[in-house]
Amino acid sequence: MLLEEYIFAGFGGQGIMTIGQFAAYAGMIQGYDTAWIPSYGPESRGGTANCNVVISDDVIGSPHTHSPNGVIVMNAPSFDRFEPEVRKGGVLVVNTNLATQSSERSDIKAAYVPCADIALEVGNEILVSVVALGAFNALKKVVSDENMEQAIKWKIPQARKDLIDLNVRAYYAGKEYLEST
Amino acid sequence: MEAVPEKKRVTVDGQDYELVFGRPASLTSKPFTYCPGCNHGTIHRLVAEVIDELGIQHRCVGMASVGCSVFSYEFFDFDFISCAHGRALAVATGVKRVQPDTVVLSYQGDGDLAAIGTAETIHAANRGERITTIFVNNAIYGMTGGQMAPTTIIGQRTTTTPEGRDEHRIGWPIRMSEMLALLPGVAFVARTTCHDAKSILKTKVAIKKAFRAQLEDRGFSMVEILSNCNVNWRMTPQDAVNWVGEEMTKVFPPGTYKDVFAEDQEKARADAPSKTKAQSSEKTEV
Amino acid sequence: MSAQRVFMKGNEAACEGAFRAGCKFFAGYPITPQNEVPEYMSKHIWDHGGTFIQSESEVAAINMLMGASAAGARAMTSSSSPGISLKQEGISYIAMSELPCVVMNVVRCGPGLGNIAPHQGDYFQATRGGGHGDYRTITLAPNSVQEMAQFVYLAFELADKWRNPALVLSDGTIGQMMEPVDFSEMPYVEPPDKSDWCLNAHQEGRERHLITTIYLLAEDMAPVHERLVKKYERIKKAEVRYTDYMSDDAEILIVAIGSPSRVARSAIKAGREEGLKLGLLRPITVWPFPYGVIRQYAESDRVKAIVVTEMNWGQMVEDVAMAVSGKKPVHFVPKHGGLTFTPEDMLEPIRAIRENPMNPETLWVQT
Ligand SMILES: Cc1ncc(C[n+]2csc(CCOP(=O)(O)OP(=O)(O)O)c2C)c(N)n1
Ligand code: SF4
Ligand SMILES: [Mg+2]
Repeated sequence: MLLEEYIFAGFGGQGIMTIGQFAAYAGMIQGYDTAWIPSYGPESRGGTANCNVVISDDVIGSPHTHSPNGVIVMNAPSFDRFEPEVRKGGVLVVNTNLATQSSERSDIKAAYVPCADIALEVGNEILVSVVALGAFNALKKVVSDENMEQAIKWKIPQARKDLIDLNVRAYYAGKEYLEST
Repeated sequence: MEAVPEKKRVTVDGQDYELVFGRPASLTSKPFTYCPGCNHGTIHRLVAEVIDELGIQHRCVGMASVGCSVFSYEFFDFDFISCAHGRALAVATGVKRVQPDTVVLSYQGDGDLAAIGTAETIHAANRGERITTIFVNNAIYGMTGGQMAPTTIIGQRTTTTPEGRDEHRIGWPIRMSEMLALLPGVAFVARTTCHDAKSILKTKVAIKKAFRAQLEDRGFSMVEILSNCNVNWRMTPQDAVNWVGEEMTKVFPPGTYKDVFAEDQEKARADAPSKTKAQSSEKTEV
Repeated sequence: MSAQRVFMKGNEAACEGAFRAGCKFFAGYPITPQNEVPEYMSKHIWDHGGTFIQSESEVAAINMLMGASAAGARAMTSSSSPGISLKQEGISYIAMSELPCVVMNVVRCGPGLGNIAPHQGDYFQATRGGGHGDYRTITLAPNSVQEMAQFVYLAFELADKWRNPALVLSDGTIGQMMEPVDFSEMPYVEPPDKSDWCLNAHQEGRERHLITTIYLLAEDMAPVHERLVKKYERIKKAEVRYTDYMSDDAEILIVAIGSPSRVARSAIKAGREEGLKLGLLRPITVWPFPYGVIRQYAESDRVKAIVVTEMNWGQMVEDVAMAVSGKKPVHFVPKHGGLTFTPEDMLEPIRAIRENPMNPETLWVQT
């Protein structure tokens, strides 16, 4: 049985919500049942925002993930909050440009990615979370890269082809960084 | 353009007569149940006459508010809905938006329009809803037995201001017409009275303009009519009528506070300065 | 795999359900966690020939709905708990006027301002009328984004069928989450013609249409009450809806609605792996409530206990206890404050109940 539960966390404006939707949408077109839910309201005002993604080959129960097997943390507070929550055997991707901590845990797979640097190289810092998603999915491999591309095209208006291209490039840049390290 | 009513004829005891005064078609045959001397009846009749003259009876939809006029639909003869206390203008908004061909009338007292329904009033006006409101200001809560209204005047005794309204305790009478006139959504707002024949005629002119504002899609319109509640004021009908003319009008000056038709003329005159003043004949003051 | 699936938020799916049902009027006031509803409406309802108004308050919104419904339109409003309290005045008038409309409550945690987390504290309010006077509203409880759309769609149908307000009782989780939705079972429909009773501009000659809620004389009011009561009785007979999951051989039956019913499903699966014979009964209409089927489970020798899980201090459990009427122990497993259940939150007390069906820790005792 497949039950993937993710938490993506960072500052509001980093594109956290969007990458969660990319992953969930990609899961859907891959044939899975998927769900996405944001942390909403005042919680997302205080600086940190997060969303939960569930991908399963069965009907999904709660969309709230209480013990994620995949986590992306885009800043230091998110690292402190969610690193301990990663399920044994799970994956943690850390944006080292804003979170300088490293995990002491040996029961999870942690990857350290300078997402902001890579995003700048691709062309725009707003792509920072998409870079993280590329690295994350290179570890997870639950949904295909093609379906992630489809998700990017679903979410971004067709008229902004330039933005679609940038996002796709950022996604692969993250993936390549991970595979090359 | 208004329809000129045909001269009607009636037969009484085999004799043929010309009908010179009768019940407007927009009123049912049910006799008014208002207290003797109360102006609610007068105002109903004026509204019905205007509706007849404009030929809009079957387009009219009325909002009955909560107050002494709660049963106004018993007397007006067109589609009606009875609304919760203060909410008539919200209900009216829903009706008018769904059925823009209707002519929507909201008939409300001072408690309904200026206390519990203040928000609904201000916002319907501010949205410029194409609704015509008849606001009967009798400075008291008639239906519930004479408590203070938002329009009760300073010193006026009511069952909840037994020593007379004291502004330091409860504030001042609220002037809705002046307030609403500030809103761009309002096309026409006037305050009139019903304390003598002349003022009754002026009231009718104002009511017609208010409907015109709706029919011509200009915006929100309201006529605030100073009315009496002789029963709860504990006065004779004659004293009550006099009190409207002598005391209430000091606090609530009659006049036209907003009139897009007059503004149109004003503008036309400014645009064409060579034309003489005589060409604008319409009197705007009511 | 259906190609029709679109990925969207519960709150937005609800709007799509409304458009497909022919909703032509929406009025509402912002409140989290349902803001996507007025936002989506304001953007799209015009394309469906409808009107959107951001009202000055929830009180105004529900009264605008009353006018729109009286004028013959399929009309909807939406809010979350504090705003629904304000709407109760209007819902009472609309119920008494026998006007159809749809009201959605994306429930958050109260009382008072509470917080914006998902909750189920408005169950009593939704199923007992909610405002003043003796009336009922048909109430549907979705547990997925799919059902947000579907139940709004169905609510319009039921509201018109019975000329009664219909509520969609959701929660913050269902409103906020995104999931795949399939609209193929929700074709666009023309709203029914209501010109035989609605308020409109018309030709001379038809009887005037009057909509009122005031009957000063008790003798006049009594027959109106009787008519309403008879209608409610007919609704109770005709409209009870529920679904079940693995309940055929269940020894412990969970009763849940909304997002907890999703967690219950996961708990049942996990529980069965460790030998707990669990099943789920999920009311879809909470008014009318499926008393009959729950009674049948309670009467079955196989069923040892019934467990109600709610995100509140115990509301639906009273309906369940009424249905069970002492035949089997009823247990209550709550979640407070806006916290959400995990499957383990349910399984732990259920293990104890299996050991002792009268376990006092969770036994629901009517006080
Ligand atoms: C919510 C609510 N609060 C209070 C009342 C009781 N009530 C009925 S009429 C009324 C006052 C009406 O006064 P006004 O609007 O001035 O009308 P009048 O009777 O003076 O014409 C009140 C308070 C009510 N019907 N509903
Ligand atoms: S109580 Fe006053 S307002 Fe009401 S009908 Fe009598 S006189 Fe008129
Ligand atoms: Mg009054």
